[in-house]
Amino acid sequence: MFGLYESAFGALTWGNIVMLLIGGLLIYLGIARKMEPLLLVPIGFGVLLINLPLGGLMEVTVDGRPVGLLAWVFRGGITTELIPAFIFLGLGAMTDFGPLIANPKTLILGAGAQFGVFFALIIALLIGQAFPDFLDISIEEAAAIGIIGGADGPTAIFTANELAPQLIGVIAVAAYTYMALVPIILPPVIRLFTSKEERAIYMKPQLRKVSKREKLFFPIIGAAVIILLVPRSAPLIGMFMFGNLLVVSGVTERLADTAANAFMNILTILLGLSIGAFMDAESFLQGESLVILGLGVIAFAASAAAGVLLAKLMNLFIKDKLSDELAKEAGEKVAAVRYALRGADLEVIKTASQELSDTIQKVSTKVYQQLPPGEQPPPASGDGSDDEGTVESVIRNNADRLVNTAEKMLLDSKRKINPMIGAAGLSAVPMASRVVQRMGQQANPRNFLLMHAMGPNIAGVIGTATAAGVFLGILG
Amino acid sequence: MAQEIIEAPITGTVISVEVNVGDKVSEGDVLLYIESMKMENPILAPVDGTIAEINVAAEQVVETGVHMITIEY
Repeated sequence: MFGLYESAFGALTWGNIVMLLIGGLLIYLGIARKMEPLLLVPIGFGVLLINLPLGGLMEVTVDGRPVGLLAWVFRGGITTELIPAFIFLGLGAMTDFGPLIANPKTLILGAGAQFGVFFALIIALLIGQAFPDFLDISIEEAAAIGIIGGADGPTAIFTANELAPQLIGVIAVAAYTYMALVPIILPPVIRLFTSKEERAIYMKPQLRKVSKREKLFFPIIGAAVIILLVPRSAPLIGMFMFGNLLVVSGVTERLADTAANAFMNILTILLGLSIGAFMDAESFLQGESLVILGLGVIAFAASAAAGVLLAKLMNLFIKDKLSDELAKEAGEKVAAVRYALRGADLEVIKTASQELSDTIQKVSTKVYQQLPPGEQPPPASGDGSDDEGTVESVIRNNADRLVNTAEKMLLDSKRKINPMIGAAGLSAVPMASRVVQRMGQQANPRNFLLMHAMGPNIAGVIGTATAAGVFLGILG
Repeated sequence: MAQEIIEAPITGTVISVEVNVGDKVSEGDVLLYIESMKMENPILAPVDGTIAEINVAAEQVVETGVHMITIEY
């Protein structure tokens, strides 16, 4: 009876063993390093399962009918594109368009960061032409590879399935592992393209309040406009905006909750396992996979760089409320009062305070002219009448107040954007924003760029899905 | 003394306040953590100075712009 029983040990190939190690590595990264664990753990386990021979999980009949468990999931969920499209429904329900609506120019940054998609496409084509014997990359495959640069897993899978289904495993793994590696890939790229001063650019945290009505109209009008412009983006953009509408409508809480949680989790399990199961040794361990993984990094870096450079370009057209000379003058006057305050000579403090007060008078109209009524500029000089104290304390308190007023005014005069938020145009939400936030604080502890970065970040999701729609429209 | 007023840069819940009144802080020190958008966001001291006033406590919900801490320097 044991003669009939076949164990799988004899069927293990070297390729299987390499893939088992890769699967183990993905699981390790997910568990020990907490890198995208919700995806890397299922993908890694899928890789393990499929590379244990004879399990038949991805078995199909000669005419392509699924037989194995995961073959059914793959056929039903990925080949039909149901899973990536419905994941966008969940993402929409998890996304707050507020920062994007509050500051629509960030849409441009999200679009700019799609440059990497096209850059990687061109590089992939060039490699294919330069080494046709080694790699034969068609334009469809190049487009599917390029989408990795959008840093958006479901979009990458969706596109690969249409344009280059044979590459779906490696593209999915590239997209998801690089998304997890955003905190490692992004900082050097940002540092390369920005100076310390640019990273320290202060942006006021207060984004304007977004009304409920705006939030309600955004997904409806957004879906209509984008789908009319790029019809093939309809599955992704349509689901994304619908998911968001479930939240902002305020009347479909149950549906929004299911879309963002239970439904999303089910899809993530199925997506992760079946993508992992697509990575059998035979189809994954090829030169092409390595090239695609390499191109993925290039696409990522190019997208981030393009976002940063575009933000710097936009800054050329944005003027701070104070000219550099005026800001410098005010800064010098503040420093003079500070210096005087350290000494004991009251006359020096008084003179410096008077000069600073004059400067404040001169510049405050430039900084505060657009303030809504009711928010008057702070008094340029306090009269000190409510101070009960010696003449000295009155003079000193007055000087302190002037310094505070001037410094607040200098901060309020800033309008330029911190170019790092351009790098958040990569869709990886919210990792890209977090990286920008952290780097912004490092460069200037006053900075809090999280919400500013979320704008391009969310726009990046829309941008990548739209770029995918363009590719499908041209090539699909 | 010149004052630096730390306002909440984002709406969220204070997780913990890491300083006490009278503490000396250096630029870049963590003053408190605010949880927002499922992230722990450290709020840093923008200047060297002494904590003069703390208006928030752990688990308190803060709106953007709320005056949280005063540093004198």
